[in-house]
Amino acid sequence: MNGRALAGRLLPVWAVLVALLLGMVPVGLAGVNPAAAYEEILRGALADVYGFATTLVKTTPLLFAGLGIAVALRAGLVNIGAEGQIYMGGLAAAVVGLSVHGLPSVVHVPLALLAAGAAGGVWALVPALLKVGRGVSEVITTLLMNYVAIYLVSFLAGGPLMEPGAPYPYSRPLDAAAQLPVIIPATDAHAGILLALALAGFLHLIFGYTAVGFRVRMAGANPAAAAYAGVRVHATLVAAMVASGALAGLGGASEVMGLKHRLFDAFSPGYGYDAIIVAFLGAGQPLAVVATAFFFGALRSGADTMQRSLGFPSRSSSRFRGSPCCSSPPAWPCRDGSSAGRGDGRRSPRRCRPPWPQG
Amino acid sequence: MTPRGPETAPGALPSVDILRMEGITKRFGPVLANDRVTLAVRRGTVHALLGENGAGKTTLMNILFGLHAPDEGRVLLRGRPVEIRSTREAIRRRIGMIHQQFTLVPPLTVAENIVLGLPPRRGVFLDLRRVEREIESLSRAYGLDVDPRLPVWALPVGMQQRVEILKALYRRADLLILDEPTSVLTPAESEALFAIIRRLVAEGHSVVFISHKLEEVMRISDTITVLRHGRVVDTVRTADTTPAELARMMVGRDVVLRLFKGPPRAGGPALEVDDLHAVGDRGLPALRGVTFTVARGEILGIAGVDGNGQAELAEVIAGLRRPTAGRIRIDGRDVATPAGRRAVADRLAYIPADRGRFGVILDFTIAENLALKAFHRPPFSRGPVLDRSRIIDHARALAERFDIRMNSVLQPVRQLSGGNQQKVVLAREMSGEPVLIVAVQPSRGLDVGASEYVLRTILEQRDRGAGVLYISMELDEVLGLSDRVAVLYGGEIMGIVRPGDARLEDISLMMAGSLRTAQTAAPAQ
Repeated sequence: MNGRALAGRLLPVWAVLVALLLGMVPVGLAGVNPAAAYEEILRGALADVYGFATTLVKTTPLLFAGLGIAVALRAGLVNIGAEGQIYMGGLAAAVVGLSVHGLPSVVHVPLALLAAGAAGGVWALVPALLKVGRGVSEVITTLLMNYVAIYLVSFLAGGPLMEPGAPYPYSRPLDAAAQLPVIIPATDAHAGILLALALAGFLHLIFGYTAVGFRVRMAGANPAAAAYAGVRVHATLVAAMVASGALAGLGGASEVMGLKHRLFDAFSPGYGYDAIIVAFLGAGQPLAVVATAFFFGALRSGADTMQRSLGFPSRSSSRFRGSPCCSSPPAWPCRDGSSAGRGDGRRSPRRCRPPWPQG
Repeated sequence: MTPRGPETAPGALPSVDILRMEGITKRFGPVLANDRVTLAVRRGTVHALLGENGAGKTTLMNILFGLHAPDEGRVLLRGRPVEIRSTREAIRRRIGMIHQQFTLVPPLTVAENIVLGLPPRRGVFLDLRRVEREIESLSRAYGLDVDPRLPVWALPVGMQQRVEILKALYRRADLLILDEPTSVLTPAESEALFAIIRRLVAEGHSVVFISHKLEEVMRISDTITVLRHGRVVDTVRTADTTPAELARMMVGRDVVLRLFKGPPRAGGPALEVDDLHAVGDRGLPALRGVTFTVARGEILGIAGVDGNGQAELAEVIAGLRRPTAGRIRIDGRDVATPAGRRAVADRLAYIPADRGRFGVILDFTIAENLALKAFHRPPFSRGPVLDRSRIIDHARALAERFDIRMNSVLQPVRQLSGGNQQKVVLAREMSGEPVLIVAVQPSRGLDVGASEYVLRTILEQRDRGAGVLYISMELDEVLGLSDRVAVLYGGEIMGIVRPGDARLEDISLMMAGSLRTAQTAAPAQ
C-alpha cells in the first residue's frame, strides 16, 4: 500500500483527531482547561473498573446498532432508523420478559432476543419494501419510523405496561430469567457486550469469507452488474435491511434485559443516531465498528465523569460526539452514480458510498 | 459522400450569418470532443447538427452558450467576434438554449419560472400580472398556447419544453439552440414542436437543432452539419441530400479493419429470436417484432444508427430487460422463465456497451470481478464459504491468458485502463466457453491495439463454435467482422444481408428506414 492509499485508509482517524481539536474550542471558551478536560474523560472512561464498566455499558448498544447500520451500508443502503429499531427491539424483549414466566433462562433469554430481532427487522422491512417497490428513499422512511417507535414505547411505558403507582413511565421489572447476567461483579457491565462482540466477529466472517456476504456487497456496489451476474438484487437489499434492523433491535433488547431490567420511556439517549457515526467512521467494517463503538462509548462515559469533576455541563460534552460528524463526511465523497439500475425502468437515486476497500 | 466546394457551402454569404464558429477545438483530458469544427448558421433558418451520441454536438453548443471555453477557434455572432464566458453573457447576447434536461422549478408557475433570475420590474416587486400578460401575448404570437398561471409540475413534458422556449424568447433570444428536443416527446408533441419551430423561423429567429434522428432532421432543417468523432464530416443543404447519404456520413468510412477471417462454419442455432417486442426506458416501443437467428460459429452483426433499438435488444437477450412479447431461445432453451434463464446463464456471454455499469464492479478487485458470475459455486465456494485462494488462482490464470496489465489481482478494477477493464470483462465472459456472445460496441473507447485484441478474441470464439450477436454503431466494424448483417431501424429489422453481397447504398437506405428487403440471408453451412 503506498502512502497515499494509507492516508486514505486512515481518514477516519484524521477525522477523529480534527474533531478532538475542534472540541477544545468550546471547552476553552467555557473557561475549562481543554487538556484537563480530556484527561478527565480518559480517566473517567478507562482508569478504573467502574469507569471501564460504564464504558462497556455505553458501548454495547452503539456496537449492536453500529453493526446493523454497517450491514445496510455494505448493501448500499443508509439506515437512519436504528434508533427506532432499538426501541422496537427493547419493547419486544420487554413484552417477552414481562408476560412469560417459569421458563429457564437459557430458553427465556434467546426467546426475548429473537422477539427483539424480529421487531427490529420488521421495523426495517417497511422502508426496505418501499425502497425496492416504489423507489422511496430509505433515508427518509427509516428516519420517520423512529418517531413512531419512540412514541409507541412512550405510550406503552406510560400506559398499558406502566407499573401501577410508579412515579415515572416505566414497566414492572422483567422476569429474572429474562435478564442478562452481569459480567463484572458490582458493576452494570452485562453480557450484552459479549453477544455484540460475537456478532461483530460473525459479520466479519460473513462479509470477508462467504458467498452471502459477497452477494450483499455486489448488490450494494453495482446493482446492475449484480443483476446481470444472477443476483436477485431486490431480495438481497430487503434481506440486508431486515438484518440491519434486527441487529439494532438486539441493541434495544440488551439495554432492557441487561441494564434497565424494565421498559422505560425514552430509554435510549440517541444511541441509534450515534451509531450512524460509529458505522461510517468504521467504514462499514465490523471489526473497525467495534473500535469506533468503543471510542464513542468511552466518550459518553468519560464525559459524565468530566462533568462531575470539572463542573462542565455534559450538554457541551456532547459536542465531542458531534464533532466527528462534521469532520468525517468529507472522507466519503460521492462517487459517480453509474450503479443506478436501468433495466428495471426506474432510476435509483445517486448514492454516496464510503471508500472502504471492497475486497 | 460528395465533396463540396466552398462556393456551395452556406457560409458563402457572411452578411446573413447570425453565427459563425470557426476552427473550434475542445479537449477534455485526452478526449478530443471538438476538432477544428466550423459552423455557419444563416439568419432565419433551421440548422441541424446531426451525429451519433458523443459526436460532439452538445459540446459545441455548450461552448456557444458559455458553458465551456474553447481551446482554440473563435465565435462570430452577427458578424462580430465575441467571447462568451458565461451563460449570463450568452443570454445577454440573445442566445437561448433549451437543454435535454429542463431547468424549471416544478412548484413555481410558468410566469414565475420565466422571470426567475431577472431583475424585478417595479422597484422590489415582481409585478407578475404584467409578466403574465406579456407571456400570454408572446405565447399567442408563436402558437405556444401556454397558460402562465399554471404551476410547472402540472404541465406535460411537451408543455414544459414550451415554457423553456418561452423563457428564452422572453429574454429576447433570437438564436435558439434545441438540444435533442424530441427525445422526451411523443410523436404528437414532436409535430407540435415542429410547427412552433417553423413559426419562430418565419418570424426571423434562427434555430440550431441538435439531433441524431435522420427523418426529423430531414423534415425540419434547412441546412445540416454532420459531426462524427468531434469533426465536421460535411455541411449540406437538406434539399440536396438524402437520409441514406446522411446515415453513411454519420457512421463513416474512415476505419479500415484488418482482421484475418476464415469462412464461417455455422452449426445449430445459438440464439433464436421470434417476434420480439420491448419498450425503452421512457415506455415507448423500442423493439417491434424482431425475428432472427444466430447460428453457432457465425457472427450476426446488427447495424443501424444509434437509438433504433440496439441497446434494448442487447438488454432483453442478456436478461436485463423484460420483453413485452415474443420468444427468445438460447441454445435451444426458452429463457422466458427465471429457471430457463438460470439454465443458460453460464452459456451466455455479455459484453455491455457501458462497462462500468453492467460489466464490472469498479470498486471490487480484479479477482472478485473475474468470479462475479460463479462465486457461489464450486470451485469458488465450498458450501457457503468462499475459497479465496481458488478465486485468486483463477484470476491469475485468466489475467495471464488475457494479458490483463495490472500490479496484482487484488487491485480494484477502477485503477485499470479502459482497455484492461474490457479485458477483465472478456476474460470472465469468454472463459466459460459460451454458446452465445452478445457484444455491444465492445471496442468503444479503446485504443487501436486494445480494440483489435477485443475483435480478435471474438473471432476466435466464433471459430471455436460460439454464436455471436455483434451490435455496433460503427458500420465498418460491423461489415468487417460479421458473417451476416441485420439492419435495425425504428425497432424493426429492415433486412439481413451478407456484407460481401450487399451494396453499401442499400445498407445505408435500410439504416435510414427507406428500404426493406424481403429476402433474408441464411447462415452459411
